Amino acid sequence: MADTRPLLLSDPDALPTAYTPLPGGSSSPEIRRIHVKEVLAMFAGVVMVSLLVVIIGNTGQDGNVYHRHNRRDKPMLLAASPTKETATKAEKAEKLQAVTRGMAAGVSEKSSRLYSSDVGAGTPVYPWNNSMLSWQRTAFHFQPEKNWMNDPNGPLFYKGWYHFFYQYNPKGAVWGNIVWGHAVSRDLIHWLHLPLAMVADQWYDINGVWTGSATILPNDQIVMLYTGSTNESVQVQCLAYPADHKDPLLTKWVKYSGNPVLVPPPGTGVKDFRDPTTAWYTTDGKWRITIGSKVNKTGISLVYDTKDFITYEQLDGVLHAVPGTGMWECIDFYPVSKTSDKGLDTSQNGADVKHVMKASLDDDRNDYYALGSYNEKTGKWVPDNQKIDVGIGIRYDYGKFYASKTFYDQNKQRRVLWGWIGESDSENADVKKGWASLQGIPRTVLFDQKTGSNLLQWPVEEIEKLRLNKKNFDKVQVKAGSVVPLDVGTATQLDIVVEFELDQKVVESAAESNEEFSCQTSGGAAKRGALGPFGLLVLADDSLSERTPVYFYVVKGSGGTVNTYFCADQTRSSVATDVVKQVSGSYVPVLKGETLSLRILVDHSIIESFAQGGRTTITTRVYPTQAIYGAARLFLFNNATDTSFTASLQIWQMNSAFIRPFSPDAASHASFTPVTVFIKFIVPFGIFLTLYFVR
Amino acid sequence: MKNLMCLAAVLIFFIQTAILRTEANIIAQTCQKTPNPPVCLSSLKSDPRSTQADIYGLAIIMVDVVKAKSTTTLNQINQLLKQSPRDKGLIDCADRYNAVLKGDVPEAYEAINVRRRMFALDGMNDAVNEANGCERNFAGRSSHPLTKLNKDVADVASVAAAVINQFG
Repeated sequence: MADTRPLLLSDPDALPTAYTPLPGGSSSPEIRRIHVKEVLAMFAGVVMVSLLVVIIGNTGQDGNVYHRHNRRDKPMLLAASPTKETATKAEKAEKLQAVTRGMAAGVSEKSSRLYSSDVGAGTPVYPWNNSMLSWQRTAFHFQPEKNWMNDPNGPLFYKGWYHFFYQYNPKGAVWGNIVWGHAVSRDLIHWLHLPLAMVADQWYDINGVWTGSATILPNDQIVMLYTGSTNESVQVQCLAYPADHKDPLLTKWVKYSGNPVLVPPPGTGVKDFRDPTTAWYTTDGKWRITIGSKVNKTGISLVYDTKDFITYEQLDGVLHAVPGTGMWECIDFYPVSKTSDKGLDTSQNGADVKHVMKASLDDDRNDYYALGSYNEKTGKWVPDNQKIDVGIGIRYDYGKFYASKTFYDQNKQRRVLWGWIGESDSENADVKKGWASLQGIPRTVLFDQKTGSNLLQWPVEEIEKLRLNKKNFDKVQVKAGSVVPLDVGTATQLDIVVEFELDQKVVESAAESNEEFSCQTSGGAAKRGALGPFGLLVLADDSLSERTPVYFYVVKGSGGTVNTYFCADQTRSSVATDVVKQVSGSYVPVLKGETLSLRILVDHSIIESFAQGGRTTITTRVYPTQAIYGAARLFLFNNATDTSFTASLQIWQMNSAFIRPFSPDAASHASFTPVTVFIKFIVPFGIFLTLYFVR
Repeated sequence: MKNLMCLAAVLIFFIQTAILRTEANIIAQTCQKTPNPPVCLSSLKSDPRSTQADIYGLAIIMVDVVKAKSTTTLNQINQLLKQSPRDKGLIDCADRYNAVLKGDVPEAYEAINVRRRMFALDGMNDAVNEANGCERNFAGRSSHPLTKLNKDVADVASVAAAVINQFG
């Protein structure tokens, strides 16, 4: 739904003037006509003035909403503070002190190895003040008003609304007490919060209402399957459905009275059985689902058939398994077309279809997928390339991205991917700011017809509605070893599209290197090579004391092959010492004739970057203390030793998505509120009259 | 008859020691795979429940120890704050231990009970980071009363994380 009001709020000068002077004097033959004109002109004037009044009235409303959701008033201190001073300390501005040492890179999230074990390093820094923490909240990424969120659940489109459910802790900014949150949107971008969909109120989900998926039946009926953690912490599968199918908001949900519908089968650990998928329809006339589990260190996908979502028969064996990958969480299994640009319904199969198998690996906290073929008769899926099988090959995203789930959007015939983006900071900061975790911007998923071996992910096109104030930078030349500022105004909410061209002569004559490059061990953007790193410095301050490089690193390998790597470097993203400082990224396929291209969404403490049209993506969380608000800048940088590059960029400011609680008289049916009726009908009439007189 | 009773007593003795050795073995094997086996052993052995515990029970015991040491540390911080109420380092430390006790420890308990290893790890790894974060606030000061306490918390929390990591 296009929200036209923000544009009007920010630019009231776009309105025609409220008062037009009347033609002076009069000669008798025209007296009567002038009277009529006067009346009509006054009417037009009244129309204009009252329009201004309505607009200003709405400014107050939306302005407050905006501020409520984009500025934290007070940090949430959960414990009783020892002294009054502790509570007020958050309101004092903290002076920053220099940190003299860089931080060690680490491997896993919130691992104690990740942060500096170097306790004696430099002078003390107490950075987290209210201003810095408030800034971290995003403008256009989905997040609840407060507290903890994790996995996306049951995404679907129904009766004109996109629905999103999510794992939520109503009691704090850590995982725990998990229930299902709920929000709706017309366009996957402007979300409105609804009441909790399901809470832990039955013996079979009292210890957790965990992840699940929706299946929409041919008669438009919705069934939801989810995992409950019982009063004895056994993982069981449960059925729920909307209380009222005629309610497009699907506000209330009913749990099937005979739950649970599935319990762990013999031979399966009672705590290794969770996250049921969306069902697909088989030629036998049954619905089929898969559920993740493990046998020792082998991740597996159990398969069940059902006709009514109440009784199930387990198929022999598994859909697929990969040794050494550990527990498979949040399995996703869906078809993609080899030839079309459209998404496919989950039940599709056929000659021009490949099936994607995806698992979230509990052991390493990453989401892996593989392309392959699904044989319905045998009930098995086989990867195209065993070397890059599920869990040992390609990741959706090489940064922070987990528990992802797709759904088929029948509204626009596309497959859309949601992913949970956790924090990379300390729990102390999360408690202070009162929230933790985001969702990535929903991405379309397509088979990459050019490479044939991976998927393409791209932010849904509706995100482009948030674009404002485009700036073009054509063919900016950046020599080796230099940094070029890009004047974009505020640099905390941006959509950046950039293409790079290297000096081809330099690339061709570059020496071959045996270098085994990996973003993770490369030492980041400060380490120079002949043909890289080069890219953008995001969320940087003027002095570059803080910056997050998002960049390419090109290597000439043996035989003259050119390999391109795509990385994001957190090591200097903040002077704070208690945030994750890794270099993330991966090899990205670049085909002959392609320029190097990036798309980067910057939204306060999250940076989502896409290389080569979404072949490789990296989501990064950063927590600068200086490069925030008006001090944040954007730069091009070239830290290669041998090559210059030419970059062409299109950069937009991004508007807020005004994510807020649903209210019946608000933007839900924006087309017909009093303001928009006013704008669409009466204003043009008024303008016409005014122009008629001004002639 | 007397011989039979002697035999029974000896048998019971050997069976007991065999059982005790097995239980001791679980503790020893678990602790060997932690970054600080001595701290692990002393923490577990000082809790009588450890002899009957499986890996999940041992993890709970370790989180108990983390909670106890964090509480002690926070109490000490509050005492010090009474004398130096504007000390930014102490204030930050209080916030960090507040986060450990109100966030990390409950998260770890719940996650261990329902065997969601990832979230239990988050809790204990963060506890290590908060303890280290507090200690960094006093870098450069010659000595201060929290050093040993911070180190204790970091030690037991990293052991707890290593025990959690061993969940099957």
